[in-house]
Amino acid sequence: MDFLGKFPAMSRGELRDFKKGIDGSFSEFTSEHGEAIESFFDPLLHFLVWFEKLLLATPWPLILLIIGVFSWLGSRSVKIVIGAVLAFVAIGYFGMWKDTMSTLAIVSVATLICISIGIPIGILMARSKYAQAFVTPLLDVMQTIPAFVYLIPVVMLLGIGKVPGLIAVCIYALPPIVRLTNLGIRLVSKEALEAADAFGANYRQRLFDVQIPLALPNIFAGINQTIMMALSMVVIASMIGVAGLGVPVLRSISNQYLALGLLNGLAIVALAIIFDRVTQQYGKRLQKHRHGDLHE
Amino acid sequence: MSKNEIAISIKGLYKVFGNRSKKMVTHLKDGMSKADLLDKYHHVLGLKDINIDIPAHQISVIMGLSGSGKSTLIRHINRLIEPTAGSIDIYGENVLSMSKGTLREFRRHKVAMVFQKFGLHVHKTVAENVAYGLVIQGMSLKKAKQKSSKWLVRVGLEGFEDHYPSQLSGGMQQRVGLARALATDADILLMDEAFSALDPLIRTDMQDILLTLQQELHKTIVFITHDLDEALHIGDSIAILRDGEIIQQGSPQDIILKPDDEYIVDFIQDVNRGRVIQIKSVMNKGVSIKGPNFNQNTVLEDILPEIVKSAQQMVNVVNDQNQVIGSVDLKTVASAIAKPVIQSNNNTNYTQSSSGD
Repeated sequence: MDFLGKFPAMSRGELRDFKKGIDGSFSEFTSEHGEAIESFFDPLLHFLVWFEKLLLATPWPLILLIIGVFSWLGSRSVKIVIGAVLAFVAIGYFGMWKDTMSTLAIVSVATLICISIGIPIGILMARSKYAQAFVTPLLDVMQTIPAFVYLIPVVMLLGIGKVPGLIAVCIYALPPIVRLTNLGIRLVSKEALEAADAFGANYRQRLFDVQIPLALPNIFAGINQTIMMALSMVVIASMIGVAGLGVPVLRSISNQYLALGLLNGLAIVALAIIFDRVTQQYGKRLQKHRHGDLHE
Repeated sequence: MSKNEIAISIKGLYKVFGNRSKKMVTHLKDGMSKADLLDKYHHVLGLKDINIDIPAHQISVIMGLSGSGKSTLIRHINRLIEPTAGSIDIYGENVLSMSKGTLREFRRHKVAMVFQKFGLHVHKTVAENVAYGLVIQGMSLKKAKQKSSKWLVRVGLEGFEDHYPSQLSGGMQQRVGLARALATDADILLMDEAFSALDPLIRTDMQDILLTLQQELHKTIVFITHDLDEALHIGDSIAILRDGEIIQQGSPQDIILKPDDEYIVDFIQDVNRGRVIQIKSVMNKGVSIKGPNFNQNTVLEDILPEIVKSAQQMVNVVNDQNQVIGSVDLKTVASAIAKPVIQSNNNTNYTQSSSGD
């Protein structure tokens, strides 16, 4: 009866040794390789710092102009351009300019990293079912594991600072771009590919001439999602020393500053909406040739 | 026709879909049927012992209903599908022994393809689609567009260069597909139900475009269709495929006048025979009258009014040099138009192309 009533768990002592063993070997690994790993990420740190300083050193009217131009290039919509510029004016007026620039810097760099890692992984997954079987569960873990859990080893390895924050953001924001690149390529019509084969296209010609162009709308949806996820990690990243809009939000949680939290939260929302609308409009324009769809 | 050069020679070709397909070929050679193969071994028979010699510079039609294996067969010619057993030679070159690189070069230069669902690249303009084969060969897009533009004009797409495929009707999209295939200057043109997705009127249009082009280009065309009228209209020779086996090969006249078995009789019974059968195929040799002369390729329907009018109810048949070679009377015409009967069904797998001339 006793056996059924209580789950046959490890004894307390065994469990403690088990955990200690993992912790011990990881701290050993950290003290041995921590510095090497840190120096590996040094160029990234320098780039991020440089980019943040650049944004902060640029006169605000120029930034507004750049925001306007980018919005226009992406969306070709006057409404979106005006909305984006007004949002940044409001952000500046309420004293959040500096934090916003920091957030902009880390989100941009994180997005660039995710694109340059994620798209090749997605292509690989679309090419081989083994790669897909291997990567898919990893992506599932990355998306579902609570951020705090992977913050622990990252902080143990790299300490508090911008780079661990950036890594945390990337872990969370990478999956959508990988998934949607893979999906987009797999959805390319069999007929279009068979035609490429029949005319003697090699792998590279198939990929760059047919698969990627036809998958581009999906890839762009992935980039859009990656940006959104990166933004949503800003507050958590601020817990391990990333400057930006997350810091005041964190401060207002611990001190119950309603207005401060609300303002900075809304600034994150504004950034998200601007990024989303601009990239979505751009993605739509990529599909221009699809109107009317193919006659069957 | 029989003196012509053979472009594509397929021998003992088998295709079985499934994991142990090689083993299944032995069962098939021992006489197992398609249904038994599926029941006992869960393998699907695609093609069975295909032997066919496709002559150069002609339109060879492979006809069959859906599921007969015709699309599978045509994809063996450029090895989009790997056979289970057999051999395929193209101008004496074994396609099956080609390395990947050789096969790519072969596809780039020797054989072009037109697809039932067009297979166009929807993200490219019409001009870019037509230039595609040349770009794959390694030409710059600009030069490829220049070189392929004449084909765009030939299929009647001038002025649509910068349109996207989705902006065109089905018929026009298939013109793009045809121009793309012609642009590579490949001698062999594989057409997989190329016109089947089109409306009847547009289909006839496209057939005429193809025939006009062929008079000038003399390509080796393998044309797949499920439509007998289409086969009779454009085919120099026809092979009929059923359940993965070729059951008759011959000229359109052969198929209509000497069907090999019940299945083909069924197949051809709705054909307007008067409009297909040529008088050379039914004439009485040597007999002549003092009456109107008709070229040997004239179809029965066109001489019927004259026969009825003439005193002896007969007309003469002349060859292309205008020499009288025989005659046709009303009784012959009537019996040719009457429903077909089986002539011979002892050898259904012969590999000759025609006996029409």
